[in-house]
Amino acid sequence: MKRPKETEPGNGRGLRMLAPLVFGVLVLALWEWTVRAYDVPTYVAPGPLLVLKTLWTDGPSLLGSLWVTLRIALTALAAAIIIAVALAVVMSQSRWVEASLLPYAIVLQVTPIVAIAPLIIIWVKDVFLSLLVCAWIVCFFPILSNTTLGLNSADRGLVDLFRLYGASRWQMLLFLRLPTALPYFLAGLKISGGLALIGAVVAEFVAGSGGTQTGLAYRILEAGYRLQIPRMFAALVLLSVTGIAIYFLLDRLAFRLLRHWHESALPKER
Amino acid sequence: MTAPLLTIEGVRKTFASGLEALAGVDLAVNTGEFVSILGASGCGKSTLLRLVAGLAEPSSGDVRWSGERRGGIGFVFQEPTLMPWADVFSNVYLPLRLAGRPRAESAARVTEALEQVGLADFESSYPRELSGGMRMRASIARALVTQPEILLLDEPFAALDEQTRFKLNEDLLRVWRARRLTVLFVTHSVFESVFLSTRVVVMTARPGRIAADLPIDFTGERDAVLRTTGEFGAACGAVSQRLASVSEAA
Repeated sequence: MKRPKETEPGNGRGLRMLAPLVFGVLVLALWEWTVRAYDVPTYVAPGPLLVLKTLWTDGPSLLGSLWVTLRIALTALAAAIIIAVALAVVMSQSRWVEASLLPYAIVLQVTPIVAIAPLIIIWVKDVFLSLLVCAWIVCFFPILSNTTLGLNSADRGLVDLFRLYGASRWQMLLFLRLPTALPYFLAGLKISGGLALIGAVVAEFVAGSGGTQTGLAYRILEAGYRLQIPRMFAALVLLSVTGIAIYFLLDRLAFRLLRHWHESALPKER
Repeated sequence: MTAPLLTIEGVRKTFASGLEALAGVDLAVNTGEFVSILGASGCGKSTLLRLVAGLAEPSSGDVRWSGERRGGIGFVFQEPTLMPWADVFSNVYLPLRLAGRPRAESAARVTEALEQVGLADFESSYPRELSGGMRMRASIARALVTQPEILLLDEPFAALDEQTRFKLNEDLLRVWRARRLTVLFVTHSVFESVFLSTRVVVMTARPGRIAADLPIDFTGERDAVLRTTGEFGAACGAVSQRLASVSEAA
């Protein structure tokens, strides 16, 4: 393995931040150059500078729409956390409950949301609620399956120890199974955070003009119809920045909660 | 003579898989004894300890106690078996916590147990910050914290280097004397069993049975010097011979 030796750890970290940044700027520059050199019309592909400008001018109105979408995503994520963890705990207490419920959770997971979203939108009268249900379906399974795995992963030696000291079911859950499940839950949460946003956007797309007509996804659709492609791109940028922010926040949260003990949060050097 | 603290009578254990681990074990342990159970890997000695602790049920036979069993047992596993998410204090406090004792009220006992194993300064360390030997010390402190009558240890030092192992052996003896404990100690090391015990019980290969019950007595103190004496060497030789003859017979 030939890798240049870094003199300081800080040096390597700076490089890791810098490298993708430089690459990104290069790609954007190439894009801008191509658009200008070949005179590409803005309704086919706007250059990054134009997108930036549109983001500046349309930003305030788009931010309002982003909030609508974000509210759906975050509410769905919160509902997913509560229901998935509760369900995982119940399933960990009884094999029968697990055997009865898990198949249906999987059915929910493998059904394409685009296919059932129209049905949900018809069935659920309230628009916000129907979008919420769609986003929830998309993001709840990773939390459920990871937490279930975590609850069943308690160290056998520790289980023996708890039994030896006459631990009740409740103590076993509270002091052993839940702490064991925490890293698994957080890994699921990181996946679900992004999925909640995707779910909210997909639901808004399907709902289309029948939806709230205020979410960011609807803005993208609308801009598409009107051939306001720079605005469409600006909305897309907002959306991905939000997705990245959610992931980053959840990643930090996981680190904060696990830094004292879990392998994933320990420094790599020995 | 008073009744033995622990009486094991005709205990057999056959697992659901059909594996016969123990084929009729009889053993009595008196209060204050340090009894080592010595045998090759897989001879059922760990199974015997689990039966004594009540973590498994014998297929037939009896495990009887003269006193009260619950709370009277401290168990040290082969691995330190600490909760990685909790600091040393919380790990040692666990048995009391499970018994419903408030944290503040238990602090003195936790501290005392930690002092006894030499970990007083590491209350707020996490297991990952400790060496293998220190983790095992924390595990022993946890077993002591309920102030048990009897301590059951299942090859606790097998994974440690020799230096650490010798040190822990000596410290275990110190705790045994200070607390007037009864100890049942499973090991596959002849030296360890002879150094520690007042009695060495040799088991046959699977299915386990007791092949010999040898009292160990030294004229001098049991300390680091003992390991260098001829008396110690002779005792180890005698136990080794019994162990070897048992393995041949199997």
